[in-house]
Amino acid sequence: MSHHHDDHEHEAESYASLRTRALESLLVEKGYITTDAIDALVKTYEEDIGPMNGARVVARAWVDPDYKARLLEDGTEAIAELGFQGAEGSEIVVLENTPGVHNVVVCTLCSCYPWPVLGLPPNWYKSFAYRSRMVIEPRAVLQEFGLEVDESIEVRVWDSNAEIRYMVLPERPEGTESMSEEELSGLVTRDAMVGVARARLPEVVV
Amino acid sequence: MNGIHDMGGMHGFGPVPREKDEPVFHAPWEGRVYAMAIAAGKKRLTEPVGLRAYIEGLDPARYLASSYYERWMGALEDALIERGITTKEDLDRRMAQFADNPGSQPDRLENPEEATKVAASIYRHRSPQRETDLPQRFQPGDRVRGRTINPTGHTRLPRYIRGRIGVVDRLHGVHSFDDARSQGRGHEPQHIYSVRFEARELWGNEAPESECVYIDMWDSYLDSEE
Repeated sequence: MSHHHDDHEHEAESYASLRTRALESLLVEKGYITTDAIDALVKTYEEDIGPMNGARVVARAWVDPDYKARLLEDGTEAIAELGFQGAEGSEIVVLENTPGVHNVVVCTLCSCYPWPVLGLPPNWYKSFAYRSRMVIEPRAVLQEFGLEVDESIEVRVWDSNAEIRYMVLPERPEGTESMSEEELSGLVTRDAMVGVARARLPEVVV
Repeated sequence: MNGIHDMGGMHGFGPVPREKDEPVFHAPWEGRVYAMAIAAGKKRLTEPVGLRAYIEGLDPARYLASSYYERWMGALEDALIERGITTKEDLDRRMAQFADNPGSQPDRLENPEEATKVAASIYRHRSPQRETDLPQRFQPGDRVRGRTINPTGHTRLPRYIRGRIGVVDRLHGVHSFDDARSQGRGHEPQHIYSVRFEARELWGNEAPESECVYIDMWDSYLDSEE
């Protein structure tokens, strides 16, 4: 064991932190895992894979009707066109929100989430409250996120219980006709691609 | 398994907790646990059961009291112990050493080539599509009923769907059947369908008419209701 100091770690170190260290040290010692492989995986998910990927997919679909058609027909393929694929995304289905249909994604049994386009899920998506409530009272949950969905609109909740992963294609906000694809991707939030929010409105330039 | 993890439709968990500008990992150990679990999966150290079934097998009180990555940690530990890769005593001893030496870190073992390979494997596309001789029993538009079964092992059929009637929406091809795989029976591939269940069918007549749930159903989860 080496004695590096890690400033924010040493006071009252948690059970989880110590136990993790014990696990890592045993797995590394026995040669099952290397330290730099762990470092590389952490870095990949902290820096390289996240909702900015999905935002590019959505923006492309907003500006390119052919791409949008391909995306809704075979999400996995169309998303791979932009270079996004891999773990927890071997089959991705994209759900289009329309004026009459609002889609929202949950995983009641676990916390399955389309990693290649959204990264790792936020805590709220993994929370017992979200997992238990979204299938039985979706409108109440959406309201907590500040999203009112009129009774006339159909709410479709997608429980990702198998290996298929779901991503929502939010509606393109009005007043964005002159925006570039890159600017549009800035309006696409993680929450909009899970279906608990709408895409952001463009800032009004005076 | 009719476990605590099967939460769809439960009450009592309160409002959804949200955090502004949430980091990917809230503490370094979360990232380490996550990465170790992924790496252990790639080395098949959690097979055939799979980390997920170990998570579901945690004591329910512990499951509820643990955070997401604490559950991963507990499951990884259980898997490694069950496989004889380590023991609880070794872990306890090692943990005590770290507790006695605040700030100390595990010794490093490096292999840049392997690290690059492991990180790259995250981006590899692996189609879940498989082949089967079993007939595709259903078409979009068919009325189906979720079977009432209570498997004690891992299953992807939540309780709230069992016994309920829905309509097949689309076909997803043929996937390996996780219930079988987690019990070491191999892939046993089956057709898999997206099925739509109206909220009123699932939750009763007080549910709004304009709500529904779509869920993916392996062929053996379904009976015909035609």
